[in-house]
Amino acid sequence: MARTRPPLPAPAEASTPAKKPESSDDAALRLSLLREMLLMRRFEERTAEAYALGKIGGFCHLYIGQEAVGAGAISALRPDDYVITSYRDHGQALARGLSPRSIMAELFGRVDGVSKGKGGSMHLFDRNLNFLGGHGIVAGHIPLATGVAFAIKYRGGDQVCLCFFGEAAVNNGAFHEALNMAALWQLPVIYLVENNRYGMGTALERASSVNDIAERACSYDMPNEVVDGQDVIAVREATQRAIARARGENTPTLLEVRTYRFMGHSMSDAASGTYRSKEEVDEYMKRDPITLLRAQMEQRGEWSDEKMAAIDAEVRATVEDAWNFADESPEPSLDALTEDVYVDTTSDTGTSASTGER
Amino acid sequence: MAIVTYRDALNQALREEMQRDDRVFLMGEEVGIYQGAYKVSKGLLQEFGEMRVVDTPITELGFAGVGVGAAMVGLRPVIEFMTWNFALLALDQVVNSAAKMLSMSGGQFNIPIVFRGPNGAALQLSAQHSQAWESWLAHIPGLKVVAPGTPYDAKGLLKSAIRDDNPVMFLEGEMLYNVKGEVPESEYTIPLGKAQVKREGDHVTIVSYGKMINVAQQAADLLAKDGIRAEVIDLLTLRPLDSETVAESVRKTNRAVVVEEGWEVCGIGAQVVDYVQRDCFDDLDAPVLRVHQVDVPMPYAKNLERAAKPDAQKTVAAVRQVLYLE
Amino acid sequence: MATKVTMEALSPTMEEGRLVKWLKAEGDAIAKGDVLAEVETDKAVMELVARGAGVLRARLAAEGDTRPVGELLAVIAEKDENIDAILKKAPAPAVPASSAPSAPSAPSASSASSASSTVVPQPTASTPPSHPNGGGRARSSPLARRLASSRGLDLGTLQGTGPGGRIIRLDIDAAASTELSGAPTAAAARTAAPVMRAAGDSEDIPLTQIRKTIARRLAESNGPIPTFFLTADFDLTSVRELRAQMIAMGDEFKVSYNDILIKAIATALSQHPEVNAHWLGDSIRRHHRVHLGMAVAVDDGLITPIIADADTKRISEIARESRELAKRARERKLAPEEYTGATCTVSNLGMFGIDEFTAIINPPEVAIFAGGAGGDVPVVLDGTLAVRTRVRITMSCDHRAVDGAMGARFMQTLRRLIENPLMLVF
Repeated sequence: MARTRPPLPAPAEASTPAKKPESSDDAALRLSLLREMLLMRRFEERTAEAYALGKIGGFCHLYIGQEAVGAGAISALRPDDYVITSYRDHGQALARGLSPRSIMAELFGRVDGVSKGKGGSMHLFDRNLNFLGGHGIVAGHIPLATGVAFAIKYRGGDQVCLCFFGEAAVNNGAFHEALNMAALWQLPVIYLVENNRYGMGTALERASSVNDIAERACSYDMPNEVVDGQDVIAVREATQRAIARARGENTPTLLEVRTYRFMGHSMSDAASGTYRSKEEVDEYMKRDPITLLRAQMEQRGEWSDEKMAAIDAEVRATVEDAWNFADESPEPSLDALTEDVYVDTTSDTGTSASTGER
Repeated sequence: MAIVTYRDALNQALREEMQRDDRVFLMGEEVGIYQGAYKVSKGLLQEFGEMRVVDTPITELGFAGVGVGAAMVGLRPVIEFMTWNFALLALDQVVNSAAKMLSMSGGQFNIPIVFRGPNGAALQLSAQHSQAWESWLAHIPGLKVVAPGTPYDAKGLLKSAIRDDNPVMFLEGEMLYNVKGEVPESEYTIPLGKAQVKREGDHVTIVSYGKMINVAQQAADLLAKDGIRAEVIDLLTLRPLDSETVAESVRKTNRAVVVEEGWEVCGIGAQVVDYVQRDCFDDLDAPVLRVHQVDVPMPYAKNLERAAKPDAQKTVAAVRQVLYLE
Repeated sequence: MATKVTMEALSPTMEEGRLVKWLKAEGDAIAKGDVLAEVETDKAVMELVARGAGVLRARLAAEGDTRPVGELLAVIAEKDENIDAILKKAPAPAVPASSAPSAPSAPSASSASSASSTVVPQPTASTPPSHPNGGGRARSSPLARRLASSRGLDLGTLQGTGPGGRIIRLDIDAAASTELSGAPTAAAARTAAPVMRAAGDSEDIPLTQIRKTIARRLAESNGPIPTFFLTADFDLTSVRELRAQMIAMGDEFKVSYNDILIKAIATALSQHPEVNAHWLGDSIRRHHRVHLGMAVAVDDGLITPIIADADTKRISEIARESRELAKRARERKLAPEEYTGATCTVSNLGMFGIDEFTAIINPPEVAIFAGGAGGDVPVVLDGTLAVRTRVRITMSCDHRAVDGAMGARFMQTLRRLIENPLMLVF
């Protein structure tokens, strides 16, 4: 079954939408996106450190290199929209506004974690922020997004559901079942593929019969777009277009966002070696999303080293605070072991968490 | 009381709950225009419209996940599997999404959903269409599993299942849909998690549920002719399992037989036996015996199928053995 | 490997046994299953059977000796095997083991542990298989263990009737009632048809509130078994005629008054299950079969062999059976299942010239019948004096289960049967 590997599509080939008129809001937006991406970067760097120190266990997938995707896409949402994602979820959770403290505490397995220490790295949830979770089974959450969009339409709401997953998920049946129903029923959902080129160690070309993932949408007569995932503004704007279709026309979209993961798949593999070369990684790192945004800002005269230093210091302090908070947060009490397995309520009585039962 | 089929009892429960709560909707293959593969949803599309009675593609994993997603954000889906045999494709959503969401979100997202459909064998459907899945489902913390065997229980339990704020697996039976029984006209529900003594006796306890409760009752009738008074316990809910009602009975009779439709290994009966040995060790005068499907994929030939299934005669034989009559 | 022969519990209540007779001498070759000796228990003379093979190397008890259960009686071993260690542990024998070899003694631990197989005594009649786990713990159901412990029974003394010799509830019930009454009257596990072998043989009637109150109040007033007595004269004229006719037909039809009374009482019991019952404390067990106990005097006490299904047997069968049982009772040859499992009991002291007496109920039975001496008495019939043959029978009733009127109705039935004995024949 050996296939010759086609050349990588150059990231620069990704479509870039036409420039819109500038405003001072745009400068503020760029600054805010830069700060957000920096926060993700510093947070993940400290996460890697904590993992090495044994403070974090289990599977842990870092977002370094892909920051523009989560920051750009989520910045386009309204607070009452929904976000659902896979297990590489720290960055999106930060972008959605979950506190660095509660995320780090979750990674540390502490009681103050967003999921009370029951979920860990792969299962960050926040009901108040409509952040519907990191999910651990590849493609398993894609039908859930379709269901959320179904519920929006059922209630006659105008929210949308934004669903992140990696490019490897598109070969899974759940992806096709979910997209088929969303297109069939005209549901307000955006399926955002973070195409970082590798499903763990298997390159896209070795796993998929079609290399342009956006084309998969054609099977379902669904609008689709290819986006440069290292350009945070491009991601934001493509997402805005998809949101407009979803809100206004109940039309789902498949966004293929081309990005790159600078680190290994999880904490147990090197950034390069067996499945990709160091040269390839170095090449892609030239298009670091933070560097690219900074260059734009420099070009526009929105940049100063002092401002950058101040932001970086502030972000580092935030992450340091998160670390300390997590470190001091107690482990869950053993009583919590059997809690939150069932609720002991019915539709008559409202909801409250309760202990599990035999 | 009106005499109603099991099918119509379920239909009544669905209709009443959809009238009561507009967050409740029915989704599955052929539930709408076709009126239900087994006509359980007859008339519902006409009454509630296509947003609340939703025909799906043949995509069990997909629409099971759609149900879970809708439940995460406040709806109360009833997902019909044409049979539980097909639901195997959807088990990832049932197990990894529905059952675990509450726990892995630290109590933030409960999933009020019902997955329902016929379970177990009908007649001559061969291996892939004749499977009883309750032990698979009951294995999973976070799920509730319900298996009614009569129209009365089917209606009362389905209403409770729909109102429950947890994921409930509701196991019906193709061979049960035409079974008739008394169903009150007035509103009632049956609580989940409570077993019922369906027949009192003091010589032996027969524990069963679902379709097999009728087999247990037939066996009890046969035993009565020999002067053996069997107590028949209908578990009704398999998770959480009401082991206390079982124990109370076994403490009285000192012996028990468990009848189930599925296979022996790791079956529901094994779990019941475990509770009995824990709760009633000093009350047992004989080992607890089990009646179940023979340990083979269900064959097609009529005689082989009959031989593979549990029945009243096999139950009587097991009872006589625990009574030391053999 | 040496086999220790010990005094085993040969009846449910046995604590010690008397070695009546050795049937094997020291030096005899022993095959597994050979009868080694006769042992008299508190109830019967039983056979002690060898479960190991070899040579009877030592006899450690003399004929006539009484030994507690568990004590070493003999050793079976290979001809040259060193058995010193075993002998050393035995109590001083009444008869010295004359041929004990004087080889140097082996370490006692290893010798003792090598004596792993044991002799299991066997009653003369066939019984259920003994514990398959050798001389170890008796196999028993958890329920049986709990009941035995609460009733102070030693499981080691019981024979199980369940699969593989498992002791089950039935066996405990049987042993417990034996122990209670001092006379064996239990609903025992009968080899052929133990009570549980057919659940239809009896039914348990839960106590009503009024019945509970009666039981409690009357027991407070009158000891654990509140007994009352009903006495009546029964006219035996027709019985005498029937008996004369039967005797005239030949020896095989020779029956006693007592045999006819047994048949009459058994028949009446079959019509009054409320009397053919056991008091179980929290319920009353009505038996659908009539197993009538018949008190038999033996030299130093009494024993109550059972006529099973007495209501369905012909009087001549009852006569034959009761003669045989009485004879074997006096010889102490009854097997346990022949004296356990009665549903009700009859006692008769008429042959001693006793006119009437009251008998003591054997719990858990709820009644017992005491027959006096029959005889000719003057009676007034239709205003004229006549001479009639009469017998006086007293029914002792356990008031917890049997009320006055209930007992009286039974006596009415009994009168109808005794005074019209053709009803017993047809």
